[in-house]
Amino acid sequence: MGYDLNFAVVWRNFDKMWGGLLLSLELAVISIAIGVLIGLVLALAHVSGGRWLRGVIAAYVETIRNVPLILLVYLVFYGLPQAVDIRYDAATSFVVTLSVYSGAYLVEVFRAGLEAIPKGQIDAGKALGLTPWQRFTSVRLPAMIRIILPALSNTFISLFKDTSVASVIAVPELTWGAQWINLNTFRIVEAYLIATAMYLVTGYLLLFLLRLLERRFRVGRHA
Amino acid sequence: MLEQIVYAIPFLFGGLWVTLVVSALTVGISLVAGVLLGCALIYGALPLRLLVRLFSDTIRGIPILVLLFFVYYGFPAIGIDFDAFWAAVTALTLFKTAQVIEYLRGAVQSIPRGQTEAGMAIGLTFAERLRYVIFPQALRRFLPPWINGVTDAVKGSALVSLLGVTDLMHSINQVIGRTYEALPLYILGAFIYFVINYSLSALSRRLERRFSFMQA
Amino acid sequence: MTDPLLSIRGLRKSFGEIEVLKDVDLDVGRGEVVTVIGPSGSGKTTLLRCVNFLESYDAGSIRIDGEEVGFSAPGQRRNERTLARMRAETGMVFQSFNLFPHLTAAENIMLGLRKVRRKSRDEARAIAETWLDRVGLAHKADSLPAELSGGQQQRVGIARAVAMEPKVLLLDEITSALDPELVGEVLEVVRALAAEGMTMLMVTHEIAFARDASSRIVFMADGRIAAEGEPRELLANADDYPRLAAFLARFRASYF
Repeated sequence: MGYDLNFAVVWRNFDKMWGGLLLSLELAVISIAIGVLIGLVLALAHVSGGRWLRGVIAAYVETIRNVPLILLVYLVFYGLPQAVDIRYDAATSFVVTLSVYSGAYLVEVFRAGLEAIPKGQIDAGKALGLTPWQRFTSVRLPAMIRIILPALSNTFISLFKDTSVASVIAVPELTWGAQWINLNTFRIVEAYLIATAMYLVTGYLLLFLLRLLERRFRVGRHA
Repeated sequence: MLEQIVYAIPFLFGGLWVTLVVSALTVGISLVAGVLLGCALIYGALPLRLLVRLFSDTIRGIPILVLLFFVYYGFPAIGIDFDAFWAAVTALTLFKTAQVIEYLRGAVQSIPRGQTEAGMAIGLTFAERLRYVIFPQALRRFLPPWINGVTDAVKGSALVSLLGVTDLMHSINQVIGRTYEALPLYILGAFIYFVINYSLSALSRRLERRFSFMQA
Repeated sequence: MTDPLLSIRGLRKSFGEIEVLKDVDLDVGRGEVVTVIGPSGSGKTTLLRCVNFLESYDAGSIRIDGEEVGFSAPGQRRNERTLARMRAETGMVFQSFNLFPHLTAAENIMLGLRKVRRKSRDEARAIAETWLDRVGLAHKADSLPAELSGGQQQRVGIARAVAMEPKVLLLDEITSALDPELVGEVLEVVRALAAEGMTMLMVTHEIAFARDASSRIVFMADGRIAAEGEPRELLANADDYPRLAAFLARFRASYF
C-alpha cells in the first residue's frame, strides 16, 4: 500500500460532507413521508378495490420496481420537462422521483401487512359493532403496523441509502460531497472512507432508533 | 419520436449486452462467494463468523453508488488496479455477495434442528448433512429471494454507467447526448429494463410455486 | 450381564447452571429392551441423546461394545468423521419424526444406506422396500413425508433407523407427537423388533407398553436413576419408592 492517508484536506472541506449528510436525511424524510402516504392509500385501495383498480396499482408497482432508480431520476429530471411544462430544481425533482419510487415499495409492505391480519380480529371488530372506519383505525391499522414494522424499518434504511443516487443530477448530498472532495483535492480514499463511515453510522443509528420504536410498539400496545 | 427510437435501437444493443454481462458476472461470482461466506457465517469458528458479519453489515450499510466509487477510485490508490468494467463488477459483486450471505443464512436457519440431528443419527458427516439434508431443503427458501435479487443486480448495474462503462444506461445517455431527445429514450430504456426484470420476477414466482410442495 | 452392549458410567451433564444428569450408571445387555420413564425434566431424553452424542457430556463414560462414544480420551472430543461412523452404530427414532421432507419414504431410508453404508442404489432400494414392507408401508415407498399421517411418518422413522442395522436402537418418546389412535400401529412395530432381539433403549410415557415390552424399567428423577427393575416387579412394588409412586399415580388408570 503506497498510499498515505491525509484526512486534513477532507476536514477542511468537511462542511461539504456534513451539509451533504443533512440534505441526504432531508431528502429521505420528505420522500419517505410522501411515499408512506402513497403506499398506504394504494394498499387500502388494493385490498378493498375492484379488479380494475388493482390492475392499475399493480402496473405502477411493477413498473417502478423493475426499473433502475438512476434511470427514473434521469427521466424525471431531464425527460419530463421536455414533455410537460414544469420547472423544478434538481433536489425537488429527486424528491418527486424518490417519493414515487418509495411509494411502489411501500405499497407492497403495507399490502402484505393488511393481508396478514388474522381474519378473526376483523370479525371481532365487526361483532363489537365498530364501523368500517373504526375497524380501520382501531383494529386493522395497529395490527398492520405491528406486523410490518421490521420490514418498514428496512425499507426506510434502504431508501435513505438510495438518496446517494441524487448525486448524479448534482444534488449536493453526501455522495456528491465526497465526489466534490475527490475532484477538488484528489484525496479519494479519505473522501470515500469518511462518506462510507457517515452512511454506516447514520444508517445504523436510524436502524437502532427504529428498532427501539418497534419494541415500544410491541409491548406498549395491546401486548 | 418513433424515429429516434428506431435510430437508437441498434446502438442500444451493445449497451444491453454489457448490462447483461455485468449482471451475469455479478450474480454468478456472488453466488459462489456468498454461499461460501454464508456457510462460514453459520458454521465457522467465532472469529471467522465475526469477520463475515462485519463484512456483510458494512457492505449492506453503504449505498452501492458509494461502494462503486470507492472501488473505482479508492482501490487503485492502494495498489489494486483495474479498469472501469472490472471495478464495476467488483463493487456490484461485493454488494450482492453480502446479500447472498444473508439469504443463505435465513434459508439454512429456517430448517428445524431436528433435520441436522436426524442426519447425525444415521451417521452422516457434516459435509454430507449439508449436501443431502440441509441444502436441498434450504434451496426452496433461498431461491425466491435470490432470484428476486437478480433483478436488483440488473437494476444496480445501471450505476456502472457512472464509471463510463457503456452499458444500457450509458448508451441511452450517449444517444440523448446526440439527439437531445431525453424523454422517449428514457422511456425506451425503462421499457427494456422492465422486460428483463419482469421476466426474471415471473420466473421467480414460478419457481416459488414449484418448490412449495415440500412442507412438514 | 457380564458383557453389556451399552455401558454408561458416572455420566454428568449440565446446561449452564442446571445439572440435568447427576452421575448416571446404566447397562443395557444384548437383546435387552430398557425403558426409561420419569417426569419431564428428569433428564431421560438428555440421557438418550448422549448415547449417540447428539449431546456432549461433561463427565463419565458411555461405551458401546466397549468403545467410548464421544471422546477418544478424557476431554478429547472425537473428530467429526469418527463421530459420524459411531453414530451409524446406533439408530435413533425421534419424537417429532424428523423425516427429511424433501425425500420420499424410501429415499429417507436409502440415504444412510447409500452415503454411510455405501450400498448401491439398487441394494439400498431393496433394503428400504423390505423395511417399508415390515412396517406395513410398502405402498407408500414413493410418498413424501407431507403425504403421510403421523403414525406412518413415525413408522418410516423407525424403518430408517433399523435399516442401518444398528447395535442399539434409541427411541425418544416416539409416540408423544401422535394422535392417540395412531399410537398403536407404531408400538406394534416396536414390539415386533423387541421380539426379534433388537437391543433398545427407549424413553416413553406409555407405561402399559413399557411394562409389556421391556425387559427392564428405569425410573429417573432429578437427573438420577431413582429406581429400576423387572417391569412387573417394579410397578408392583412402586410404593417402596415414593417418587415413583407419585409419578405413577398419574398413569394408574391406564396401566392397570
